[in-house]
Amino acid sequence: MFLRLVYESFRRQKRRKLLAGAAITLGVTVATAMIAVATDIGDKINRELRTIGANILITPEEDTLDVEIGGVDLKPPSDGAFLNEADLPKIKGTFWHNNITGFAPMLPVKVALDRDSGSENLTLLGTYFARKISFGKEELVTGVRSTHPWWKVSGAWPDDGSRDILLGERLAARLSAKPGDEVALSGKKLRVSGILSTGGVEDDQIVGPIALAQEVLGKPGAVRRVYVSALTKPEDAFARRDPKSMSGAIYDRWYCSPYPQSIAFQLQEAIPHSHAEQIRQVAQNEGAVLTRIEGLIFLVTLAALFASALAVSAAMATAIFERRAEVGLMKALGAGKIAIASVFFAEATLLALIGGVVGFAAGGVLARQIGRSVFNSQIAIAPVLLPVIMAIAIAVTFAGSAAAIRKAVRLDPVFALRGEL
Amino acid sequence: VNAETSHSARQVVAGREQSPHTSMFLRMLWRAAVLRRGRAASALLAMVVAAAVATAMLTLYADVQAKLEREFRNYGANIVLVSRDGASLPSDALSRVESVLAGRGVLAPFALVVARTSDGQPIVVAGTDFNRVRQLDRWWSVSNWPSAPQLALVGVRAFPVVSAKGQGFDLSFQGRTIHLVSAGIVQTGAAEDSRVFLSLPDFASWTGVQPSSIEVAATGSPQEITAILQQLEQAIPAAEGRPVRQIMEGEARVLGKTRATLLAATALIILTAALCVLSTLMGWVFDRRRDFAIMKALGASGRLLNSFFAVEAAALGATGAVIGFVLGIGIAAWIGRVNFHASVVPRFSVLPFVLAGSILVTLLSAILPISMLRRVQPAVILRGE
Repeated sequence: MFLRLVYESFRRQKRRKLLAGAAITLGVTVATAMIAVATDIGDKINRELRTIGANILITPEEDTLDVEIGGVDLKPPSDGAFLNEADLPKIKGTFWHNNITGFAPMLPVKVALDRDSGSENLTLLGTYFARKISFGKEELVTGVRSTHPWWKVSGAWPDDGSRDILLGERLAARLSAKPGDEVALSGKKLRVSGILSTGGVEDDQIVGPIALAQEVLGKPGAVRRVYVSALTKPEDAFARRDPKSMSGAIYDRWYCSPYPQSIAFQLQEAIPHSHAEQIRQVAQNEGAVLTRIEGLIFLVTLAALFASALAVSAAMATAIFERRAEVGLMKALGAGKIAIASVFFAEATLLALIGGVVGFAAGGVLARQIGRSVFNSQIAIAPVLLPVIMAIAIAVTFAGSAAAIRKAVRLDPVFALRGEL
Repeated sequence: VNAETSHSARQVVAGREQSPHTSMFLRMLWRAAVLRRGRAASALLAMVVAAAVATAMLTLYADVQAKLEREFRNYGANIVLVSRDGASLPSDALSRVESVLAGRGVLAPFALVVARTSDGQPIVVAGTDFNRVRQLDRWWSVSNWPSAPQLALVGVRAFPVVSAKGQGFDLSFQGRTIHLVSAGIVQTGAAEDSRVFLSLPDFASWTGVQPSSIEVAATGSPQEITAILQQLEQAIPAAEGRPVRQIMEGEARVLGKTRATLLAATALIILTAALCVLSTLMGWVFDRRRDFAIMKALGASGRLLNSFFAVEAAALGATGAVIGFVLGIGIAAWIGRVNFHASVVPRFSVLPFVLAGSILVTLLSAILPISMLRRVQPAVILRGE
């Protein structure tokens, strides 16, 4: 009898059930999509923040002071220490290798540009453009094109294996050179593949593959510094502690948190004779920006959850209120309060289950759409979320129905049947 | 007693005859709200909550750009002014930049030379204004800012080179020597770590070199910053303004994505809130089908009925929107305080949108059930079928 009541209610009152079901579905859709966006927004914004540039710098441990003004190095080029290029793939072997989105080694050397009117001293910056690096099974294409996304080239980027170069924008204007031209650098004829514009000191420099700079310097494998772009967690008081003063468990927790400090610490361990440090301008500020945006989206998600809970309860309350006459009839036929309430709760549960599943699927699609249109990447939904969302859906549906059901079972059947009240 | 009652009844009738025709309409509206207080209150509550959430979201959406732009100014300069010929900037450059900015940002001048330590090592020495740098480059980790003449701020890598033995050290530039005392250590992870910083007066009297670059952190949208850049170049023809592209591009990207996400969230939330109002109100109107049927049976025209429910809905929508607007401003201000540690200014430009949206949703939720009921004979409704 109980099952028949529920079944018939769904069969005969299709419009009402559809309305209530639609409200639950929409509520769950919005809640799922917002939760998915909120859990993923930190990672997405973190990747966007990487456009500001590398946040960790690796330099040789025993380096002499940089004597550099406006991108011109004033100390003897062979002075100071170098890192070994062969050690660089080890960056992908550290614990936080998945958080490292790219790195670019730099080797500035002095070259003489031979022109008809004599020769001119310039800086040639050797680097990776988009070089394939492999460490064990890990593969990564890295270089300035990923770590310095604001570098713009008119013409073509040189190949890392080639001997082509880029001329800085201001330098090219001064030489009135264009892509495809040939220039003579320290006795070598090199092809200009493009003109580089960075808005920084590189606009007055020549940029080429690192092997070319090593050849000019006469030190194969030499690297002056490495810029590393890593996804990090905003720094807190714990991050700033000195790892040397920590005990075992606390040290492990520090080591296994993606703070800029701990990633730098691990890079320093991985690369022999190196010193790695966060670039504070980038690392410090991205933490603040990230915290603000995450906080904002979290609060907005709360608002979305609140609004969808309210919509679900409003729809349920309306649906039950419309059925006072039915309640009156059941009561007149001798049904107890518990029997009536259980019919309504069974219906609510069924609606919540159906609406929850449909809404979860729709929410997943919606989150993907948001991810694709806003971030050009996927926002995936963890399947773990399904039971949580279902539990919330049922709880909210119950809570929304409870007041209306209580009111309905208290009605005097006489008034209810006459349609008054 | 009987005479008194009939007397007062007559008075009431007389009073009603004299009052204008519209009073019946208003009375019906008023009684409808008062008699079914519970349901009217729940419909109003739904409207208030929806309007509050919509107001809060729209206010936040309008304000988030300004709030995040402020966060991004902590990244430091987004414009660097350098002299075109590599020499010093004119001596009044700083004041001219300040007058162009007119409070729309902070700036710091820098002058650089390569000096030698007492054992002959080259080192970059910079002259700057410490108070300005403190505001511009907030990420500098400084143990103690110099506050008196002859005090220097020494980069963490430069420190062991210049003052291995004690606090005082000598630097020489073109035969002139200056004796400095290290007041504090600066650590940035970048070029600053291998430099020594002096105050501008000390630097100028020692080297005779004037600032060659001014770093400017201008506030505003990308268009405003580009405009400031052009104004700066006009004000100081000897200088070239270079935008710091990674900061400006990164800021534009992050801001754009955040705003787009917030827009999507706002749309979803407003949709849900509207649905909540729609289902509550439709239930309320549908519930009053008896009133509707009686009015129709008594000869009310379709137009009168429509206008009755429409005015009722509009009144509910407007009341809910105004109360919700006030509440929403409160929510937005709270979010601003909690998340951005700054107040979110109430935006009254949001009010017309919320008001129009609320009235639209309430009208829609009144008209849908009415158009359904209109096709039904009043007798059928009154019999409760």
